Amino acid sequence: MTEAAPIDAATTASSGRRLSAGTQTYLYVSMLIIAGIVIIPLLTTALGGFKTLGELRGNPFGLPAEWQWSNYGNILTSQRYWMQMGNSLLIAGLTVFLTLLFASMAAFTFAHVKFFGSDFLLNYFLIGLMFPAATAILPLFIRIRDLGLLDTYWGVVLPQVAFGLGMSILLFRNYFKNLPPELFDAAFVDGAGYLRFFWHISLPLSRPIIATVGIISFVGSWNSYILPLIMLNSESKYPWPLGIMVYRGEFSTDWQLILAFITLTILPTVIVFFAAQKHIIAGLTAGAVK
Amino acid sequence: MRGKWPVLVLFLPPALLLFTVFVILPMGEAAWYSFYNWNGYGLPSQWIGTKNYELIFRNGAFRTALINNGLIIVISICVQIPLALWLATMVSRNIKGALAFRLLFFLPYVLADVAAGMIWRFVYDGEFGLVAGIWNFFGAAPPFWLADKQVAFYAVLGVIVWKYFGFHMMLFIAGLQAIDKSVLEAADIDGATGWQKFYRVTLPLLGSTVRLSVFFAVVGSLQLFDMIMPLTGGGPSNATQTLVTFLYSFGVMRMQVGFGSAVGVVLFIICVTLAFGYKRIFMRND
Repeated sequence: MTEAAPIDAATTASSGRRLSAGTQTYLYVSMLIIAGIVIIPLLTTALGGFKTLGELRGNPFGLPAEWQWSNYGNILTSQRYWMQMGNSLLIAGLTVFLTLLFASMAAFTFAHVKFFGSDFLLNYFLIGLMFPAATAILPLFIRIRDLGLLDTYWGVVLPQVAFGLGMSILLFRNYFKNLPPELFDAAFVDGAGYLRFFWHISLPLSRPIIATVGIISFVGSWNSYILPLIMLNSESKYPWPLGIMVYRGEFSTDWQLILAFITLTILPTVIVFFAAQKHIIAGLTAGAVK
Repeated sequence: MRGKWPVLVLFLPPALLLFTVFVILPMGEAAWYSFYNWNGYGLPSQWIGTKNYELIFRNGAFRTALINNGLIIVISICVQIPLALWLATMVSRNIKGALAFRLLFFLPYVLADVAAGMIWRFVYDGEFGLVAGIWNFFGAAPPFWLADKQVAFYAVLGVIVWKYFGFHMMLFIAGLQAIDKSVLEAADIDGATGWQKFYRVTLPLLGSTVRLSVFFAVVGSLQLFDMIMPLTGGGPSNATQTLVTFLYSFGVMRMQVGFGSAVGVVLFIICVTLAFGYKRIFMRND
């Protein structure tokens, strides 16, 4: 640890001085300890899925004496795992699609069309940023029930889209506003209408913000628990976070099976996170920093 | 540009309709229902005035939930944010592996709260979990923290820090990147030590990030639900209730629509007051 090679000069914030060996040791030891606290629960969860219950009791940390592949195998060949993944994917897919569509359209009018009450309407949407969906969950349940949407995917998707609109419209609007105004003038001269301008110019130029809003709403929906918990009754429609709770209820102390199930359900998240880390980190912090 | 009416008529209504029907109206209805004793069937007819609100504030579990939400905010400010800032300064340096550490520290934030809660339920398990393993190794009888009224919520707080410090760290990394490096170099030339540089230069320049970070901790605390359910479900004896789990256990589970709506209204008022108050007082210039 003598050579301090710059990893990515553009993203480091310290001044360029070489660090002393003592400082380096201090840094690495601290970071390794925290890394251990982060990773050990995750690793032992994945490893625990390969153990027998008896071994888990005596040896929750170490490698399994005999790898119980069947714990994972049985879940992977079960219908419920794939069904829950499918349900989550479907709910998240619909949520992302509708959020992108409705938020970009509304944001476009706020960014480019001057009309009476536009400031008021934008602020109206921003009210949604101030309180969580849980505050009105009971009236929401009754509304969904009265609309006949209880125990349907739409009963989860529509409220999810609605609660994501505030942030999404804000992000889209700010992005549209920052597109060069010359584009607008050129389109005007060419006689293009708003609809063509939106479809052929604004949207194609907005890939970064589409990705950001898409990631925020996908992750939110993929991980969501309270809305499906309240709106869905049939297990065949459960997304995976609900599925974990049911699985845990069924196999109450068979921790080895529960651990295998948790591992398999978070695996897609972990893989996608490492594969697309730059986009995901940027997306999830963009809403915060704006 | 021609024809702004078609675009308005086409582009605004879908968002407006969804938002009104599923966000604004339910909030209004919560205020309405909160004055009734109602099980959710038929129309609310049994008007009981402010009885639901009186019941809420007399409820011991509600007070616990309020205190717990407050504790989350305190822990965020006293532990999580300093930890996040400390790590951000480390992983922002020119050292090997810094980016890998960043990724790893952010990973818990990406996981679902439910999964994180379930993983930590295993960690804390007194029979099969990691805590049991450590205690057994030293020949001690393992504790059951999540079943112990006195410590359960502290165990929950640990999971909250584990899950969310990475998010705050990312905010601070972004904040550090925005600092003009020449300022730090100037401090170097003046012979400032590392600590002096941090305390007198970096920290003051991170003021807006700290305020933002605290804001998210406050907002996050008021929404906390998903993680509590797999960990403790609000128990033992309501020791780990938060405002939202309280709403769920006492309003939704028992289909007490009036009472649950009143809890929702109280939560709404707390959210709006804190958000507005905080922004007014601390984030005026950001």
